[in-house]
Amino acid sequence: MSALLEVNGITKRYPGVIANDNVSLTVNAGEVVALLGENGAGKSTLLKAVFGLIKPDSGEIKIGGTPIVFGDTAGVISRGVGMVHQHFQLVPVMTVAENLILGDEPKRGLFINQKSAREEIITLSKRYGLEVDPDAVIEDLPVGMQQRVEILKALRKDVKLLILDEPTAVLTPQEIDELIQVIRNLAKSGVGVVLITHKLHEVMAVADRVVVLRGGKLVGTTSPKETDEAGLAQMMVGRSVVLQVNRTEAKRGGVVLEVKGLEVRDDRKIMSVKGVDLTLHKGEILGVAGVEGNGQRELVEAICGMRHRETGNVLINGVATKDMAPHAVHEAGISHIPEDREKHGLVANYTIADNLVLNQFDQEPFAKGWIRNLGEVAKNADKLVEKFDIRTPSAFNTAGSLSGGNKQKVVVARELSEELPVLVAAQPTRGVDVGSIEFIHNQLISARDNGAGVLLVSAELDEILSLSDRIAVMSDGKIVAIVESKDADRNYIGRLMAGLKE
Amino acid sequence: MKLLSKRNGYFLIAFLATLFFYTRDGDITTSVYATGTAFALPLALAAMVGIMCERTGIVNIGIEGTMLLSAFVAFFVSSLTQNIMIGLFAAILTGSIMGLLLALMAVSWRMDQIIAGTILNILATGLTSFLYVQGKTIPNVFQAIEVPGLSKIPFFGPVLFIHGPLTFLGLAVILTLYVAIYHTPWGLRSRAVGEHPSSADTAGVSVARLRYINVTIAGAIGALAGAYLSLELVGSFERGFTAGKGFTALALMIFGRWNPLGALGAALFFGLAQAYANQLMIDQVVNIPSQFTAALPYIMTIVVLTISAGKVRPPAAEGQPYEKGQA
Repeated sequence: MSALLEVNGITKRYPGVIANDNVSLTVNAGEVVALLGENGAGKSTLLKAVFGLIKPDSGEIKIGGTPIVFGDTAGVISRGVGMVHQHFQLVPVMTVAENLILGDEPKRGLFINQKSAREEIITLSKRYGLEVDPDAVIEDLPVGMQQRVEILKALRKDVKLLILDEPTAVLTPQEIDELIQVIRNLAKSGVGVVLITHKLHEVMAVADRVVVLRGGKLVGTTSPKETDEAGLAQMMVGRSVVLQVNRTEAKRGGVVLEVKGLEVRDDRKIMSVKGVDLTLHKGEILGVAGVEGNGQRELVEAICGMRHRETGNVLINGVATKDMAPHAVHEAGISHIPEDREKHGLVANYTIADNLVLNQFDQEPFAKGWIRNLGEVAKNADKLVEKFDIRTPSAFNTAGSLSGGNKQKVVVARELSEELPVLVAAQPTRGVDVGSIEFIHNQLISARDNGAGVLLVSAELDEILSLSDRIAVMSDGKIVAIVESKDADRNYIGRLMAGLKE
Repeated sequence: MKLLSKRNGYFLIAFLATLFFYTRDGDITTSVYATGTAFALPLALAAMVGIMCERTGIVNIGIEGTMLLSAFVAFFVSSLTQNIMIGLFAAILTGSIMGLLLALMAVSWRMDQIIAGTILNILATGLTSFLYVQGKTIPNVFQAIEVPGLSKIPFFGPVLFIHGPLTFLGLAVILTLYVAIYHTPWGLRSRAVGEHPSSADTAGVSVARLRYINVTIAGAIGALAGAYLSLELVGSFERGFTAGKGFTALALMIFGRWNPLGALGAALFFGLAQAYANQLMIDQVVNIPSQFTAALPYIMTIVVLTISAGKVRPPAAEGQPYEKGQA
């Protein structure tokens, strides 16, 4: 019997880079294969080729023993392949049902058969235990629910091979556990699964086999039985990676940021920050832990002047900042690594060099009066690209052409290149590979050691625990506890995050 | 559905105004409304061109050029062959080619779509001016058909059921498009491609192919609008014959929220305003300069648009070229 998926010697070149260099891979029925690699190692490219979204330059891809036509997505889908993409592939203004049937609509005569579409969706969601409301509009749904729709979309046609490209990046721990359970059940029923993720403990939990890519080449195959997380990290990066952060005791100074009685509404106009008080000192990292959607995003946006404050004050070095004025807040001394780098962190169509000076393009030395100094911009770009290890053929490629982790490095490089008194870092390592996580963590620590106050907001409890000097736990729009990190107990914080009292 | 919705409000105002005029002078009101419908049709059809293109994410500002060249071809081929049916088909072929050309520039060459549309407009103006010959005539125009029975209804009969064949064809196109956009797989896919093309791509829908098909069909609809002007409504052709109707149509498309029935309603309003202005000029009830009456439909449209516009949301991927695998 032939393997479910056979990839033989796939090569794909882009101008200036080889994304895949003679890569081969097999996946058998009932097997979960984790595809690991740093950002830009070519994992997504490989799986997009399998799904018929891009055409490789050479090589062969067989599904169930017969070759696929490169670039024929519809053909690949009809042969039982489903894919969950790194970015949601859902039409925001359409309903769940419309999104699920798109591309293969149940018909009655010339028209879409709405009734059988609904029935099919309800059966499908029952079958996999993933409840959805067929009539809900995608843009009104929280991300976890959107991800559910995305997964159902991939499972809709009796899938034999399921491809998951970083499916857990935006999910809460509970949602991740649910997803892992779904993956296990699918594998048990004979589906082959290929999974890309940066979270090594997920790999250890669910994979039968691990395939590692580095710089577009296949560098090895292993299994969770033969190695551990540190071993996987080393294979990916090609050197040993310190998963534990080394940090010294904080040298806490005066107060740099004060948040007083802040109340903020979310996009649906519901009060989501309900009276938050925080003080951040010079030279410390204050971690804000919490299950996503408990007001952290709104808190950060209100501090940084991106969202209207209903009541309350934000003071930097004792000076009140203005509501709804991101630029002024930045001038007053806040650097901000935003949660959504695509939307708030980068201008995708600008060059990397321009993105690296977005916060100071109009200041010396990058401009003289009204005239930009492009020589300085280029010099700055070369310096930061090198220092932050941004993988790109040139600093003059567009930021949109970078892989997710490298985009994040651009944002981090820009925000840390000015040494401001306060750094607000929201989900700074989301969707970023272990090598880069280590790097970004070290940068946050050194910003702290250089005297900045760092407000770290993260949905990853491990990240909070390993970096923070003090931990504030946020639940239902309120800070429910602030603990010194040396006294922090994982279970206790977990319970507080879940909204349980003690 | 709320009884007191904004839309129902418009209907009520329109109904009351009509009733008021009708009780003052039934014959003139009927004739103003019939003329208004005739004026509205090419605008509504031109708006359909915009809707079909923009719903799949292609901005088409070349509607004016498409209509102009098609109206020209319709007239001169009819004159040459002395057969208006041949003229009509030649026009539709011309419009389709214009659409195909736009698709080639916007989809395959990934050109800026505003420039691509401008090219169509310049091409049409240039060709029609260069090839225009004075003194040509066509054997006949498409004659009005009276729908048996229905045309006898007072007011509604003459307004809706006594028109030329192209008017009825045009209305059929508009209604079909409405149903197709919201209730067929084609419509669902088109809207997905216009909103979020990579979603369609990853669902196995070819973004480029669908855009080609839709923009080409849209060109044919634009040709119908042009042919209607030269072969049914007017029966002649002059330089600059379409007089900006293709651009007005884009505004009506936005006013109608990219919905075929909405755009039809907007076009009817504008057409009626124009017919009303004409009537004012003929009647000379009040002594106002003709420049003002000629500008009246535009002024009324601006006022109504400003009051009723609210928040409009165009298809999200409008104007952006898409490369397969961009997901």
